[in-house]
Amino acid sequence: MTVDYWSMLFVFVLATFIGLGVIRRVSRLLYTPLMSLTNAISAIAVVGSIVVAGADYPVTIRILGAVALFASMTNIVSGFLITDRMLKMFKKQ
Amino acid sequence: MTHAIAQFAAIVATALFIFSLYWMNDPKTARRGVVAGVTAMVVAVLATWIQPEIVHHGWVVLAILAGFLVGVPLSRVPLTAVPQRTALSHAFGGLAAGLVGTAEFFLGLTENPAQLTAFRTSAIVAEVILGFLTFTGSLMAAGKLQEVKWIPQRPVTYPGQNVVNIGVLVIAAALGVLVVVHPTAAWSGHAFYAIVGLAVLFGVLLIIPIGGADMPTVISILNSYAGLSAVAMGFVLNNKLLVTAGALDGSSGLILSIIMCRAMNRSFTNVLFGAFGTVQKAAAVGEQKEWKQETVEGAAQLLEQANLVVIIPGYGMAVAQAQHKVRELYDHLTKRGIAVKFAIHPVAGRMPGHMNVLLAEANIPYTALAEMDDINPDMPQCDVALVIGANDVVNPAARYAKGSPIYGMPIIDADKAKTVVAVKRSKNPGFAGIDNELYVQDNTWMLFGDAKGVIGDLVRQLGGGGLH
Repeated sequence: MTVDYWSMLFVFVLATFIGLGVIRRVSRLLYTPLMSLTNAISAIAVVGSIVVAGADYPVTIRILGAVALFASMTNIVSGFLITDRMLKMFKKQ
Repeated sequence: MTHAIAQFAAIVATALFIFSLYWMNDPKTARRGVVAGVTAMVVAVLATWIQPEIVHHGWVVLAILAGFLVGVPLSRVPLTAVPQRTALSHAFGGLAAGLVGTAEFFLGLTENPAQLTAFRTSAIVAEVILGFLTFTGSLMAAGKLQEVKWIPQRPVTYPGQNVVNIGVLVIAAALGVLVVVHPTAAWSGHAFYAIVGLAVLFGVLLIIPIGGADMPTVISILNSYAGLSAVAMGFVLNNKLLVTAGALDGSSGLILSIIMCRAMNRSFTNVLFGAFGTVQKAAAVGEQKEWKQETVEGAAQLLEQANLVVIIPGYGMAVAQAQHKVRELYDHLTKRGIAVKFAIHPVAGRMPGHMNVLLAEANIPYTALAEMDDINPDMPQCDVALVIGANDVVNPAARYAKGSPIYGMPIIDADKAKTVVAVKRSKNPGFAGIDNELYVQDNTWMLFGDAKGVIGDLVRQLGGGGLH
């Protein structure tokens, strides 16, 4: 696998700046839901876990992948659900 | 073909994630952000799942089902438990990164050593160290927040603690360098296990000296680590979507950490290595002033006669689950035409935004919530500042007491209000172990008791029925 690491670093730096720009604008009221939302988003690690758990690898490797997949999925499900639950509560009047 | 689909899906998901966070800038649009996030996630998962190399579908289905089984109950915890749920989810994020990193390393070692290039191995080592230290560190934080019995709540310190902590990290990093230089040496597997072990240990050591008042900062820092471990995973797996999403999470944690640190006038290193809360008050106050205790009837009268009441909630309100009673009080006061504002200190509670969520849960409109900086200029016009279970964030000593651990911390100027009514559970000093002279001011009246009970009594008193 030849990987263009420079372009990966490039993506990382740009994404960090986008992140800083966007997060700075987030309403201070919503920091708790923000944290559960970003938590769910970073559980995108699920895509890596699916490959490790589901590809034709030795069983021990796949067990590690399956546990990682379980952990990421837990974050996705609980993260999005609780974010929405909290956001529903913020009412103007 | 499926590869092109995966690439396209990754771009769509990236855009949706950015929109998702963008919509969080206003409570009105925020729920749209959740929809965008979920859509992105579904797209990304499906695009990965249809790749030809995924052959063990049963495993994937089982793990996903297990995730739902645990995730759904975790999303229904009471809102006072949100800080520990958040810490727990950082732990899960760290665990996933650590495990995938471990799997990728041994996969390279046994199947395809050519994959363990210097760059990739460095990324794996970074992923594993970050992942496992986030895992155990967050578990410890969650345990402290949940007040699990065998995890000490008070900061645990010992001489040479920082040397030990940094030493552990340095050894792990040095082993990491060895593994990067000699990825396929006979001992590299053992060295790798040692790195994992040291990272696990470091996570624990990092959190034991940290006390409850520092939790908002620590949770934010762990959030950042969890994001960075996802970034490292992206480097390992050559996955730009992972790098982007991880960077978004990491920068969010970073911004929150900076805001929390500023709100306590402390630096990162000071939070992580300073063991807040162990510092007992050194300088004794010249004369020991006495509290003035007030009756519920008297406090109700003060409130009734006010034009502007500012309520300052703290962790004590969360512990007592008093937010619904506070809402009743808010209703009674606003019905009488009294203006009521809530002054929210950034580090009130145990995580960023903790108070806002609790008050929102109790149906208090978010327009009544004010930031510290916005409310402070109005405090001299405030007739009654009602402090509910907050302590250090209203302690005037932060302005001038140089020896105090909270010196320099921006506070809500409750002491400038015309009168102060403070609801406090006990006569003990607050978390930082410092006397709060706000409580012994001439215009301060104390109400001792559980916040829920005291506010409930106030509400009954204002309701006109009297107490008995």
